[in-house]
Amino acid sequence: MRNPRRTEKIAFFFLFLATALIVLPVGLIVVSIVRKGLPAISWQFLTDIPREGMRGGGILPAIVGTLYLVLGAIVFALPIGLFAAIYLSEYAKDNVLTRIIKLAIVNLAGVPSVVYGLFGLALFVVFFRFGASILSGSLTLGIMVLPIIITASREALESVPQAFREVSLSLGASKWQTIRHVVLPNGISGILTGTILGLGRAAGETAPILFTVAAFYHPQLPRSIFDQAMALPYHLYVISTQVPNVGDKMRYGTALVLLGLVLIMNSVALVVRFRFRKRHRW
Amino acid sequence: MKFSLRDLNVWFGSVHALTDVTMDIPANEILGVIGPANSGKSTFLRTLNRLNELKPNFRMTGDVRLSGADINKTDVDLLRKKVGMVFALPLPLPLSVFDNVAYGPKMHGVRTKKRQKEIVERALKEAYLWDEVKDRLDTPASKLSGGQQQRLCMARTLAVEPEVILFDEPCSGLDPISTAKIEDTMLRLKANYTLVLVTNNVHQASRVADKTAFFLSGRLIELDDTDKIFTAPSDKRTEDYIGGRFG
Ligand SMILES: Nc1ncnc2c1ncn2[C@@H]1O[C@H](COP(=O)(O)OP(=O)(O)O)[C@@H](O)[C@H]1O
Ligand SMILES: [Mg+2]
Repeated sequence: MRNPRRTEKIAFFFLFLATALIVLPVGLIVVSIVRKGLPAISWQFLTDIPREGMRGGGILPAIVGTLYLVLGAIVFALPIGLFAAIYLSEYAKDNVLTRIIKLAIVNLAGVPSVVYGLFGLALFVVFFRFGASILSGSLTLGIMVLPIIITASREALESVPQAFREVSLSLGASKWQTIRHVVLPNGISGILTGTILGLGRAAGETAPILFTVAAFYHPQLPRSIFDQAMALPYHLYVISTQVPNVGDKMRYGTALVLLGLVLIMNSVALVVRFRFRKRHRW
Repeated sequence: MKFSLRDLNVWFGSVHALTDVTMDIPANEILGVIGPANSGKSTFLRTLNRLNELKPNFRMTGDVRLSGADINKTDVDLLRKKVGMVFALPLPLPLSVFDNVAYGPKMHGVRTKKRQKEIVERALKEAYLWDEVKDRLDTPASKLSGGQQQRLCMARTLAVEPEVILFDEPCSGLDPISTAKIEDTMLRLKANYTLVLVTNNVHQASRVADKTAFFLSGRLIELDDTDKIFTAPSDKRTEDYIGGRFG
């Protein structure tokens, strides 16, 4: 005897279990980072340079370094990614070549970050002679997040109803005007989602910056894009594995700051997204 | 003649959607287009503003002229400015009432708010919608009723001052009262515009069209004065379709 109500209950239970299985560990990690890291957070921690061989003082250079790197990566990757997405969704003919390109880009998003690190080392640091610098690091991170931004933006643009394009064109608007005034505004929220994902990944990765920018210890703020810089994820790696006798407080404090930074960036993007949603709804 | 078509053939891939269509569309009249589903009515309509070109597998042969000029040699944006279109479902853009109507003029370079306001007011009046929406021009267009949305779409088309307006089953989702309002509007627009009305409702054609064309399987079977089509069609198939015997 099949009882649909019971089947539904069982299905619901397993779906709930699966969700809990994902949410629980993430929640635990966040809680433990906040609990152990919060005592470290102080004005000095956020605004001072590292002292006592990175066992004391603050982490300002790493915060600023990460901000620069993320900003640089987005400045580089967002326009290029957006134009690529517009080309792929609006202009490219739907043929085998285009499909292969789209598939390749999707797969690039899954390439391990250390591969991007080596690529950045070879191309920007060595070949273009940018050296280990914020410029090299930003470009490397930018290239790493490009596939994420392109794929998310392309999907956002493709999900804009074809009918809207037809309406705009039927009023005599040009193709570019249609993209600019109808397709982009209605795809913006998906584009921002992709950008957020990219930002988060760029802020958190260690491998791509390892060879291209990250300084082990560089207790001053970068003065130009050709300077080396400290960065939060690498700093965390250093004080966790390379420097003996660093207090738990320092390490979890650094992790908490990194977490908070990504969270703040996400909230900003969320607010922007919400504002766009309110202006454009159908 | 506003439009003249000679030996128009249209394919989508291997589907032969229109076969040897030859006709003239006179100015300041309403041409009704009737026929069963998939008979090529929309394809015919979308030939006139070159909207078929958006489909990747589209191909056409033959000669289509607007006021004597080959439409395939006309700048496509200019052609679509002259030949407006109202779609089957009301499709307001996700913008306010005002911005929907102002969209076309803005794209054609009308920058000042004052000019835009004048155009929006004129277009909404022409579509007989002004009195109903003049106090809520800033509300989202999606807040209007279905019939109002469709008249908003008409106003949006009128705002770019076209010569011809194409309607593709504009009342298919509307109640009888909204339908009557739209038909009424079309009859008044006739004085200044040429209208082509594709409709799946033969009664609508008999109510508003001056001439009526009957399409079947991609062919133009008959085109004549509406009275003649509905009282004494010369083709048996037209008679059968109007009498509701197929389609
Ligand atoms: N993009 C397309 N690809 C293939 N066939 C199409 C396409 N668009 C329309 N057709 C075909 O062309 C014929 C005419 O369609 P249409 O003009 O939409 O008819 P109607 O508007 O009279 O219902 C139909 O057989 C339809 O399946
Ligand atoms: Mg149709």
